[in-house]
Amino acid sequence: MRRLLSSLVVFVSLISPAAAQVPFGEASTVKEGLEIGASTSEIAIASDFQGADLTIFGALTNADELFLAIGQYDVVVTLEGPKDYATVRRKERVLGIWMNTQSMTFEQVPESYSLASTRQIESIDEAPSLNNIGVGIDHLPLNPVGYIPNSGLIGEFRDAYRRLKLSNGLYQRDTNGVRFVSSSLFRASLRLPANIPDGMHMVRAYLFKSGALIAQKEMPLRVVKTGLEQAITDAAHQRPFAYGLICVLIAVITGWGASLIFRKD
Amino acid sequence: MTVYLPIAELSVNIFIILGMGAAVGFLSGMFGVGGGFLITPLLIFYNIPPVVAVATGANQVVASSISGAITHFRRGTLDIKLGTVLLVGGLAGATVGVWVFSWLRRLGQLDLFISLLYVVLLSTIGALMLQESVRAMRRAKNSESAPLKRPGQHNWVHRLPLKMRFKKSKIYLSAIPVVALGFAIGVLTSIMGVGGGFIMVPAMIYLLRIPTNVVVGTSLFQIIFVTAYTTMVQAATNYSVDIVLATILMVAGVIGAQYGVRVGQKLRGEQLRALLALLVLAVGIRLAVGLVLTPDDIYSVAVGGLSY
Repeated sequence: MRRLLSSLVVFVSLISPAAAQVPFGEASTVKEGLEIGASTSEIAIASDFQGADLTIFGALTNADELFLAIGQYDVVVTLEGPKDYATVRRKERVLGIWMNTQSMTFEQVPESYSLASTRQIESIDEAPSLNNIGVGIDHLPLNPVGYIPNSGLIGEFRDAYRRLKLSNGLYQRDTNGVRFVSSSLFRASLRLPANIPDGMHMVRAYLFKSGALIAQKEMPLRVVKTGLEQAITDAAHQRPFAYGLICVLIAVITGWGASLIFRKD
Repeated sequence: MTVYLPIAELSVNIFIILGMGAAVGFLSGMFGVGGGFLITPLLIFYNIPPVVAVATGANQVVASSISGAITHFRRGTLDIKLGTVLLVGGLAGATVGVWVFSWLRRLGQLDLFISLLYVVLLSTIGALMLQESVRAMRRAKNSESAPLKRPGQHNWVHRLPLKMRFKKSKIYLSAIPVVALGFAIGVLTSIMGVGGGFIMVPAMIYLLRIPTNVVVGTSLFQIIFVTAYTTMVQAATNYSVDIVLATILMVAGVIGAQYGVRVGQKLRGEQLRALLALLVLAVGIRLAVGLVLTPDDIYSVAVGGLSY
């Protein structure tokens, strides 16, 4: 059963024309805002989930009509999975056999990361400032645990980490994922991979004006897996002793049962 | 039809798993082995993570050993006292084995170690079995009688202290080598997911000089408890027993075994052993090739705390 996540409709705080709100004479100093919101803060995923699209609507408030008209506003929406340590290992040939020889553990990186933007994020802003705010797969902070003397090595392991995460679908990007449906209303399509981890995810929206980050909003989203398979996973981790006992019992019943059924008399 | 394996965290074709279980069950019935040493490598070839393959393999061996042990118990070819002494060593060995297993996993060398151990054991045992069965076939062709074994002959094993009397086996033997053998097999059970019958049976016959008629039943008795214990410990420490995978394998396996036994009774012993030897060698070679070939990606990522 594929849950229609795209039906996850988001409320939008509609915008009254900027000029009407702004006190006389201060129009140019009014700061643009960004609104996003979801009809739910929890997504239940059944066990045969094959991945889905999550649509998030949002709006710019107090947007400058002129800047809107010439496309100077850019929106980036990300969905960050729960954070954990990640260890990257590299194999090398030792005496003819491939074995893991080097490893690097990165501190608290999101297990999954899906990004949608109005265009290529590198053309929205410059790399150093993206690194600073940690937006984009290539700009997520990947800090190795412990001291690594060879900085070239860190780069190689970072590249490998990003490449592996992209290839197994846990990290995704869609540079056309954010579309303006009206002059200030936008829709972001984020891809949820089939292997999305459960736990607390964070939807983050960033508003850029002429390449500078001017507003940011975030919203938690809990991903809960349901179904028999999830119940089994939970049992295996939370009640390992009982789980192991049941595994052994099934084996005993199967073995014993077979010897009763196929008993030759 | 695909089925999702919750612990292995991947979707597999249920018919492939059923076929694998039935084929290994058939072979284990035919050759009178537990099948763990075939199921674990096959699961690894099918991209099941080795951590899960080993723990689930141990669980599967519980089922396949029970029906055999029951048959031997009914026939009176099971020495419970000898089995219990073996079991003492086996449980200790399995405990140490699971500890080593977790340690290797933290180091990131578990997959390599499992493969290496399989390559070494399978190729050694396959080669020995092949040599022995070819010799037996040649003898049968020349209609020579097999050289007489003298079961009463003593070796260094029989000079060890702490002797015990095993009535059913009709032997008087030191407990030390029995416990040591059980220990070694226990370690293999938890690291490789095998019952270890294919090593224990020859060791009991040739090293401990235990009469052949009680060897298989007694080793099966020990295997049930060591594999059951390993399943529990793996479930508790590594969370790596996949109950869905294990159940499919067990059901298919016990059914396949019944047919294997029938076919096995029609074939001649040495031909059967030669076939098994070739099979064991083939699995060993396939694993060895996997170690030497350049992997698709030399990098891998593991998520989860520093303790992974």
